[in-house]
Amino acid sequence: MTSFAGWQMPLRYGSETAEHQAVRHAAGLFDLSHMGEILVRGPGAGAALDYALTGYLSVVPPGRARYTMICAADGGVLDDLVVYRQGEQEYLVIANASNTFAVFDELRSRASGFDASVTDATDDYALIAVQGPAAAGILSSLTDLDLRAMKYYAGAFGSVAGAPAWVARTGYTGEDGFEVFGRAADAVAIWDAVVSEGAPAGLVPAGLAARDTLRLEAGMPLYGNELGPDMTPFEAGLGRVVKLDKPGDFVGRSALAALAAAEPARRLVGLTIESRRVARHGYPVLADGVACGTVTSGAPSPTLGRPIAMAYLNAGADAGDAVLAVGIRGEAVPAQLTDLPFYSRSR
Amino acid sequence: MSNPAELHYTAEHEWVSVEGTLASVGITEYAAQQLGDVVYVSLPAAGTAVTAGEPCGEVESVKSVSDLYSPVDGEVTEINTELEDDPSLVNAEPYTAGWMFRVRVAEDGNGEADLPTDLLSAAEYEELTKSAG
Repeated sequence: MTSFAGWQMPLRYGSETAEHQAVRHAAGLFDLSHMGEILVRGPGAGAALDYALTGYLSVVPPGRARYTMICAADGGVLDDLVVYRQGEQEYLVIANASNTFAVFDELRSRASGFDASVTDATDDYALIAVQGPAAAGILSSLTDLDLRAMKYYAGAFGSVAGAPAWVARTGYTGEDGFEVFGRAADAVAIWDAVVSEGAPAGLVPAGLAARDTLRLEAGMPLYGNELGPDMTPFEAGLGRVVKLDKPGDFVGRSALAALAAAEPARRLVGLTIESRRVARHGYPVLADGVACGTVTSGAPSPTLGRPIAMAYLNAGADAGDAVLAVGIRGEAVPAQLTDLPFYSRSR
Repeated sequence: MSNPAELHYTAEHEWVSVEGTLASVGITEYAAQQLGDVVYVSLPAAGTAVTAGEPCGEVESVKSVSDLYSPVDGEVTEINTELEDDPSLVNAEPYTAGWMFRVRVAEDGNGEADLPTDLLSAAEYEELTKSAG
């Protein structure tokens, strides 16, 4: 168990590598109840989110989801979010655990001029994710929803193991999978039902360690590593979430428009390490021996069989035939630029 | 978790098994569990002089990297080359197949291995890990 943003969470249930492989080849079950759930509701909810976030949420159809961000006025990233439109006037905003209160506070303040209510419902929800190629089959037998027909980044209200839930085809692993937002009181019943149904298909509970290596292979950013208030969506390669063509003002618009027009001072890249030593968060990246960036996340990749990392490189650092390396506790270990993501599932 | 009674332990979570003046060293089951899946072990080459309490290698797991300390003074005679191909032996069998290196230690006056006096018994080590939670 480990302390994480005020929650006690399992880093692993058994072997994190086995948990990782189970998600890639069968299914894994994650307790993500630490994630923040914020409800934004009312006739002005869509307009409030258009103003508060970088995305164009008012045009998202009910039953669909968007990956988006909440930025500061200077364009820095306050959090990355998944927003579900649950109804005409109902949105569910998912924040990172460590940012839940800050996001809630910002949303409340930014929505104050709109006809919308903002409620922190984190304690009401349990979030259980079922991820992996076997996830649809396992969960289908426990729900009245037609999960196989559900599109990626879509969601619907239904029942799971007899309990009411919002079920969405979203996740943070690079695999097909679902996230089940149920009532906290039903969490154990849902969890147990998924375990019983899924175990014969190879489903195992998976902890934070596997979640981190899965998202890293999938090239997905982690707030606090690849995203933060001193980083911009464009540096992170996520400029597509900034909808500068949406009408009206939004917080950060002028700063983000200027950033979009300029070359980012640094950019997020993937590195494959030519060693068995792991390049970890904070280690320097060297170009021809000179510091040119910093590793943001690194881990041994169970799928690739070698260490991988994401890093911010200063503009121009990889120009020409510069030889890249990571400074691993005093030793310059060769590294190769690698296109993100490191892993994409076959569809 | 059970730590073999015949072994010596350190506060840095190594174990030492002594036969004559040859000491075999590994990390404890507690350490292996705390580290999680071990992916790489860097060991001192045979012939290296090691000093009790000083780092002599590294244990890299999925989530972290830790120094490996020598629990004894002496010269490394052999390392476990199996760990090169299969570092997961450290997690699977920390007290047997997951051993890491062997050290020839000096003799004390009675023809036995001259071990540091601060090595712990299995019971003392269990106390230590219990209080660490």
